[in-house]
Amino acid sequence: MSVEPAIRVNGIEKSFSDTHVLRGVDVEIAAGSIFALLGSNGAGKTTLVRILSTLLKPDAGTALVHGFDVMAEPAKVRESISLTGQFAAVDDVLTGRENLVLVAKLRHLENPAGVADELLSRFGLSDAGSRRAATYSGGMRRRLDIAMGLIGNPPVIFLDEPTTGLDPQSRIEVWQTIRMLAGAGTTVLLTTQYLDEAEQLADRIAILHNGRIIQSGTLAELKKLLPPATREYIEKQPSLEDVFLALVGGGVSVATSLAAEKEDS
Amino acid sequence: MTTHILGDTRTLTARSLRHILRSPDTIVTTVVTPIALMLLFVYVLGGAIRTGSGDSYINYMLPGILLITIASGIAYTSYRLFLDMQSGIVERFQSMPIPRASVLWAHVLTSLAANTISLAVVIGVALLMGFRTGASLAAWLAIAGILLLFTLALTWIAVIAGLTAKSVDGASAFSYPLIFLPFISSAFVPTASMPGPVAWFAENQPVTSIVDTVRALFAGQPVGSGIWIALAWLVGMLVVAYALAVTIYRRKVT
Ligand SMILES: Nc1ncnc2c1ncn2[C@@H]1O[C@H](COP(=O)(O)OP(=O)(O)OP(=O)(O)O)[C@@H](O)[C@H]1O
Ligand SMILES: [Mg+2]
Repeated sequence: MSVEPAIRVNGIEKSFSDTHVLRGVDVEIAAGSIFALLGSNGAGKTTLVRILSTLLKPDAGTALVHGFDVMAEPAKVRESISLTGQFAAVDDVLTGRENLVLVAKLRHLENPAGVADELLSRFGLSDAGSRRAATYSGGMRRRLDIAMGLIGNPPVIFLDEPTTGLDPQSRIEVWQTIRMLAGAGTTVLLTTQYLDEAEQLADRIAILHNGRIIQSGTLAELKKLLPPATREYIEKQPSLEDVFLALVGGGVSVATSLAAEKEDS
Repeated sequence: MTTHILGDTRTLTARSLRHILRSPDTIVTTVVTPIALMLLFVYVLGGAIRTGSGDSYINYMLPGILLITIASGIAYTSYRLFLDMQSGIVERFQSMPIPRASVLWAHVLTSLAANTISLAVVIGVALLMGFRTGASLAAWLAIAGILLLFTLALTWIAVIAGLTAKSVDGASAFSYPLIFLPFISSAFVPTASMPGPVAWFAENQPVTSIVDTVRALFAGQPVGSGIWIALAWLVGMLVVAYALAVTIYRRKVT
């Protein structure tokens, strides 16, 4: 990796009153890659994401995002990132379309309405676009929230548990979107509770535990940490996800293509 | 970034104005109390009140009613700001390259717009109830300026409440004392009729000087030196509330 990493975190520490949440986090994330941050509840994933998106000041350490220091040049960082937080942050009084237009205007884009319509259709919200966000289901809100985060094509995107609460199809759609972003050169840092999500998506995976990154690497590297697998012959059963997708339809082709990709890697 | 401060503030103001348009009940509930008070004082209590001014009672009490209208209107400003802080939408804005001041100013400008509508409604009802004024254009402008300053000062107090409240109730409860303040002033009865300590408080709190000034302007009478006391209070409250609100906001959003 000769190019400068998109995110470089050195010795970040953060305490809340008496809880020492981050105790020296070091991470480097290559530009254009998908990086998954794993950790149990309360490990500090959200705290780290909030520090990287300039919402929280670290007690110690440095963090560069897209070459800018989060403490010294927060405005430059904000121009380079987009944050989709753990809990959907949409305006309930506005319609889905108005939410998207609002963000597009705040990002000073040429054609806010066009951007909004494109995203509504990409996230399967075209029919709901003129309804107030307050009437959306949890998953629809989340999709709207993620769509708002994509506006303006920032080079670095933070997604804090993007697929929590989504149905399998929406999850796969979000995964496809994330792959597409990375394919186009966007750096994606996502946190997740789902190990299969990290397996499916991430170029590199890091595990945050007791305030530090205790392991990081590619999936293959992490798997090598365990004793070599013993060879067993078992019948290949379709997973529950395969069954669900086959029954509700629509996602089958996606599921098979995913399965193919799984074998590739 | 400063190049976008006006545009971004306008975009965000348009957003929260839309909130008001979609819930016009906030205007209705704002004007209900002042209108009910006007009816009560004019048609029930007013007959027994001696203002000693010789003017009709509605002319006497309208300035105080207008201040009560503003005090109840700004409760919605802190309510809306509190909800924005809670819902995470402020965090979303703060992770974007938006001037931080724009988020607060949008709420402040929206408050000015909402209170202007409420004041117009209340003055309209007062006219129906017999309020008459011989105020010149200059006097009207002076009244508008004073009400604008009062709204701004109270709005920044509302911003403090919205930023620091722990619950929705707390976000609007701070306005109750502000609504109550005109009752212990010259708004409804002359302070001379009050017992000593109460009269002293009434004469030395901001509402009395503001009410007396607006009343004189409506009546086409000279405002005297009272206007300077009123302006000093208004500007003082505005500066203190603004400085406090901005300090709290900075601390809050790092
Ligand atoms: N503003 C705050 N004030 C006090 N404590 C906080 C604050 N924010 C986070 N914490 C604490 O920091 C710790 C880490 O929280 P964080 O939200 O970063 O965890 P997380 O890894 O994102 O967890 P989850 O998987 O549940 O989302 C928790 O113990 C939490 O209580
Ligand atoms: Mg979290």
